Amino acid sequence: MIKSFKPALSAVALSLAMLSQGAAAAEEQFFPLIDYRVGPYGSNGQAFYGGFIDYLNYVNLKEKGVNGVQMTYEECETEYNNAKGVECYERLKSKAAKSAGPLHTMSTGISYALIDKSAQDKLPLAMMGYGRTDAVDGSVFPYAFPLVTTYQMQASAIVKFLKDKNGGSLAGKKIVYLYHDSAYGKEAIVALNAEASLNKFEMVQIPVAHPGNEQGAQWLKIRQEKPDFVIFWGWGVMNQTALKAAQKVGFPRDKMIGSWWTGSEEDVVPAGDAAKGYMAATWNVAGKQVPVIADIEKVVYGAGKGNLQDPSKIGTILYNRGVSAAVLSVEAIRKGQEKYGKGKALNGEQTRWALENLNITDARLKALGATDLLPEIKTSCDNHEGSGKVKIQQWDGAKWVPVSGWIEGNKGLIHPLFQASAKQYAKEKGITPRDCSKEK
Amino acid sequence: MNFFLEVLIGGLLSGVMYALVALGFVMIYKASGVFNFAQGAMVYLAALSVVGCMEKGAPLWMAIILAFIIMTLFGIATEKFVLRKLVNQPPIALFMATIGLAFFIEGLAPMIFGSEPRALELGIVDEPIPWILDNWNMVISKFDLVAAGVAAVLVATLALFFQYTRVGRALRAVADDHQAALSIGIPLQHIWAIVWGVAGFVALVAGMMWGARNGVQFALTFTALKALPVLILGGFTSVPGAIVGGLIIGASEKLAEIYIPPVMQDLFGGNFGGIEGWFPYVLALLFLLVRPEGLFGEKHIDRV
Repeated sequence: MIKSFKPALSAVALSLAMLSQGAAAAEEQFFPLIDYRVGPYGSNGQAFYGGFIDYLNYVNLKEKGVNGVQMTYEECETEYNNAKGVECYERLKSKAAKSAGPLHTMSTGISYALIDKSAQDKLPLAMMGYGRTDAVDGSVFPYAFPLVTTYQMQASAIVKFLKDKNGGSLAGKKIVYLYHDSAYGKEAIVALNAEASLNKFEMVQIPVAHPGNEQGAQWLKIRQEKPDFVIFWGWGVMNQTALKAAQKVGFPRDKMIGSWWTGSEEDVVPAGDAAKGYMAATWNVAGKQVPVIADIEKVVYGAGKGNLQDPSKIGTILYNRGVSAAVLSVEAIRKGQEKYGKGKALNGEQTRWALENLNITDARLKALGATDLLPEIKTSCDNHEGSGKVKIQQWDGAKWVPVSGWIEGNKGLIHPLFQASAKQYAKEKGITPRDCSKEK
Repeated sequence: MNFFLEVLIGGLLSGVMYALVALGFVMIYKASGVFNFAQGAMVYLAALSVVGCMEKGAPLWMAIILAFIIMTLFGIATEKFVLRKLVNQPPIALFMATIGLAFFIEGLAPMIFGSEPRALELGIVDEPIPWILDNWNMVISKFDLVAAGVAAVLVATLALFFQYTRVGRALRAVADDHQAALSIGIPLQHIWAIVWGVAGFVALVAGMMWGARNGVQFALTFTALKALPVLILGGFTSVPGAIVGGLIIGASEKLAEIYIPPVMQDLFGGNFGGIEGWFPYVLALLFLLVRPEGLFGEKHIDRV
């Protein structure tokens, strides 16, 4: 009897050995992608997540993963809908239990909905250029990362740019803040108010109701106010409508400066000539002159593994933003492996540590072929932002052209606002903040 | 006073743009008694068809003709595959079918033509007329004036069509009672196909004007939101009502956006701007209390 079982037992033992070997060979770093490619903002998502996935594939093809660990992902479509975002999170979180890169939702609403859940599940939530900005204070928000820069620091950097343009003073000037009447649009008000009282300029707030496809009254009001500049916080159709409406009332576009969600090709091309001269902030540059972008096209699309259906989007602002987000995410995995073991996939807790200990210098960006694609980043427990810098770019009618170097917002003015807000949040939620001096 | 007039005229001209979308709703409602939830999606499909054909190399005039053919075929297909089985069903069933249709179009159109926002150049620059600006210091856009002219021609044509043609009368008979219209030999299927085709044409005109103004993109589906208060005010069955309703909504929302927030801020503090999203609906609801059938709508009288 035992004899007759022998071959079967040997086969089972062999299979198990092969399986374990296979598992070791196929170490994978999983990225749960809560994304959107259809719906009202589908084209934005296509470019961003196309860039993100292309970079993951690029790392797999170019260097066979990070120390042999292959980058993998699964997408779940949210259509930019908060409820669907939560549903996607619930669907992907079990898969992310063992190995998880940062979550990228590219939606402030979905990020807000996930901020508590992801902390409970120990899955790090990256909010690059969106989301809850007081999460800069990592002592209260250990799992949330508004990486690179925030709305408030961006607003402060825009004011700094305008100040430099005006010979170092904005005293007595009038600036209209035209914004999407939502949490996103209101985020920058606190920073602009602080800047207005510091720099002695007058700020006039003009909200636009969602979706913003009609702004006749607002622009007539702007014409009446005769501002020196318009700082513009739009989203979606509101952006093209504002540019066209500015043209209609004869407001010069080179005195309009927008946030990074008003500064992609998708925002200006539909406005045609009305967009020429318009400026916007950005935390990543456009174009294929960035070596890594050109190399992705060569390596990934050359191998027929490109994610974009329309490769003409390669090098656009949002595509390059997706690549930038992936660069930071992969660098976090690299950093984490230095601590937790090279060639091993990181779980959510380990990735969180890595995101909190990023130090991406210009030299490292150069080594990655990402010189000037995004600013240097150095994160810590009490600074989940890590940079606070933006560039200002101008639309010349065909492409975005940078018209400034990296500009850092007034950290001394803005970061205490985050800390006060985070403290309030901790009080409301009964959270005991971590002691950042003990974190390494 | 000058500023007040500028806001008023700007509002009236914006109202014309709302009326262009509202006309599509009126067409379908007038002829079939159905509130077509898919009208906003049809505006999107029509504009996307124009830019899609232009990207394939067609000149503007040919792209418009091709888009019209697409919209007509779409109308015929809607009658054949969606509405035919629903004859004599309660209006709510037809309404639900149009909700499904809206989602279907919103998914299908970008799959065919791409979802990225695009510009549509009709050759009319959206800039102030210099003579008015110089002499009156008022911003009146050339584009808005052209849109008003287009709307006037469209309304006149549709009003004449409904009032004086055999097809127009048949459309109205079908709207009153499907079964009675069938019993006197009116071919319901043909009538519905025609009316959806005409609504497609109206969507094409609205899509081109809105697309040229704000770009051709998914947000064109939101234009329907601007048309609803116009319909409540003007009445669901009146072509001139759509225009008058549009003018009232356009002017009142712009005046409200300028003049109400400062008063509210003085009274309560804070920022009360951005009210034009909901103000037209409040106005329409108040109007419903006084005149439920709208300004030009048909009074509904049942014999008991």
